[in-house]
Amino acid sequence: MTNAADIRALFNGPQVHRDVYTSAELYRLEMRHLFTDAWIFVGHDSQTPKKGDYFTTQIGDQPVIQVRHSDGEIHVLHNRCPHKGTKIAIDRDGNTGKFFRCPYHAWSFKTDGCLLAIPLKKGYDGTGLGESENGKGMKAVGAVHVHRGFVFARLAEEGIGFEEYFGDSLSSLDNMVDRSPAGRLEVAGPPLRYMHQCNWKMLVENQTDTCHPMVAHESSAGTAVKIWEEMGNPEPRPVAMQIIAPFMSPYEFFEDMGIRTWPNGHGHTGVNHSIHSDYEAIPGYFEAMVEAYGEERAKAILDENRHNTVYFPNVMVKGPIQQLRNFIPLGPSRTLVESYIYRLVDAPDELLARTAMYNRMINAPTSIVGHDDLEMYERAQEGLLSDGMEWVDVRRLRTGPEDFSEQDVENGTTERQMRNQFDAWVKFMTASMEDA
Amino acid sequence: MSVSREQLIDFIYDEARMLDEGRYDEWLALWLDDGHYWMPLDYKQTDPHLVTSLLYEDMFMLRLRVERLNGARTFSQKPKSRCHHVIQRPFVDEMDGDRFVTNTSMHYVETRLDEQFLLALTATHELRLVDGALRIASKRVDLLNSDAAFGNIQLLP
Ligand code: FES
Ligand SMILES: [Fe+2]
Repeated sequence: MTNAADIRALFNGPQVHRDVYTSAELYRLEMRHLFTDAWIFVGHDSQTPKKGDYFTTQIGDQPVIQVRHSDGEIHVLHNRCPHKGTKIAIDRDGNTGKFFRCPYHAWSFKTDGCLLAIPLKKGYDGTGLGESENGKGMKAVGAVHVHRGFVFARLAEEGIGFEEYFGDSLSSLDNMVDRSPAGRLEVAGPPLRYMHQCNWKMLVENQTDTCHPMVAHESSAGTAVKIWEEMGNPEPRPVAMQIIAPFMSPYEFFEDMGIRTWPNGHGHTGVNHSIHSDYEAIPGYFEAMVEAYGEERAKAILDENRHNTVYFPNVMVKGPIQQLRNFIPLGPSRTLVESYIYRLVDAPDELLARTAMYNRMINAPTSIVGHDDLEMYERAQEGLLSDGMEWVDVRRLRTGPEDFSEQDVENGTTERQMRNQFDAWVKFMTASMEDA
Repeated sequence: MSVSREQLIDFIYDEARMLDEGRYDEWLALWLDDGHYWMPLDYKQTDPHLVTSLLYEDMFMLRLRVERLNGARTFSQKPKSRCHHVIQRPFVDEMDGDRFVTNTSMHYVETRLDEQFLLALTATHELRLVDGALRIASKRVDLLNSDAAFGNIQLLP
């Protein structure tokens, strides 16, 4: 299966074929097409603040290095020595000084990847190395764009531009950054790293699945509410209760919150309100925001309480609590979730403390809410091996053919955003594919 | 009343056994009301508040955690996990009036269905003598590989 018509046949509008979650061949095609032609999140520029700082990660299945070059710019390089393929850096982060040096035969490279030196270089005189791709140095990815500190890259040399790819969806990232009185975020510590034995798309779909919290999380959020009631509902509620209780909100709450979809697979829950709307005000924060932006603008920034924003294909951002989750595909049934938190520069520390608490309560391998979710993904991954049925249903609140090329806002329990993702999935899987 | 080194060591063994046998009501009763269970994310992490941890739980969260394990709709515990601690003889690092600190190396095994995993860890207990009984003021669990990617860790090391 390598032609565009076969790929298109996997998504018919109301349903998607189970092979998209289970097939090793489709996974390989995702890496070579979708994760090559789309814009993929790499990291935050505060992870590499000084010249020579680097951080290693993956774009799809491709090992890459984000590095701050000597001119202050962020570069993203393939993490592979042009000599014999050795990974140049294997620690998660560090500082390499003015150049990278391969530990195998000491070829060295400037921090923009250009070849700097080769020991005993005369051995290559007359060999043609200088004219080959390998003689140029470490290869850079196709394109890099830094949007307000967030580093994205496209592996392919040619393809859709950053602005066209993300369009108005950048408003969620902007709102997250605007919540800093200084208009700047800084990464706060290493991410949580949570291994999931399921396909990466299940995680992305779940970010806008508003019909599961009151069911799958009854065990955690429901028990929290029950214990709190037994204690006589004491006020004020601690931050932990403010975080976990809204997961038990009734269906109407999620219906009314609304879902917005943007072209190219992006979308978010919480158009009107969200589970983050009712957190207690933190003393001094609003004042700092008014000081920085003026009252009207500060209110507008803080009134936006978007819940989960999906940046297709594989990250989710929570603006109101400064969090980003990166769903890194490791195989058709294996996904590493890295959950980052950010500090709002010039905001009180209590905001960051709440964000850190949210992260460990909801996104950790030790999180009871995480346990609820992972149980469902892994059961689905196993259930999809059943040949009893071939199709997965995503038609909730779909009454006819849909156009995903325009922004749209709908009832918060629609599965339209999942369909939007599959529409974009087909688009970027087939963009550079033969048509049979 | 004074507490001997041996009583402190026995306390640590007893606590591990309660967790292995799922005697959570007894286990919760060991804690002081303002106690915290901390499992850092970063090796040698010093701050539980402004960076992420794996766990930093007060008594409300610990009570929620253990009550959830037996919930009728706790699907990740259907079937249930089991755990097993193998502990090295605890070091008693501080004995200071009614305050004590112990340091204990452990291997922790957790299993569910066909999966089983092993964690190597060091637990640091701060204990207090209150009304003649030893209680836990704080417990810090440093996983040897705290920065590794884990699947579910559902019970408590
Ligand atoms: S493999 Fe890198 S210098 Fe030889
Ligand atoms: Fe969930």
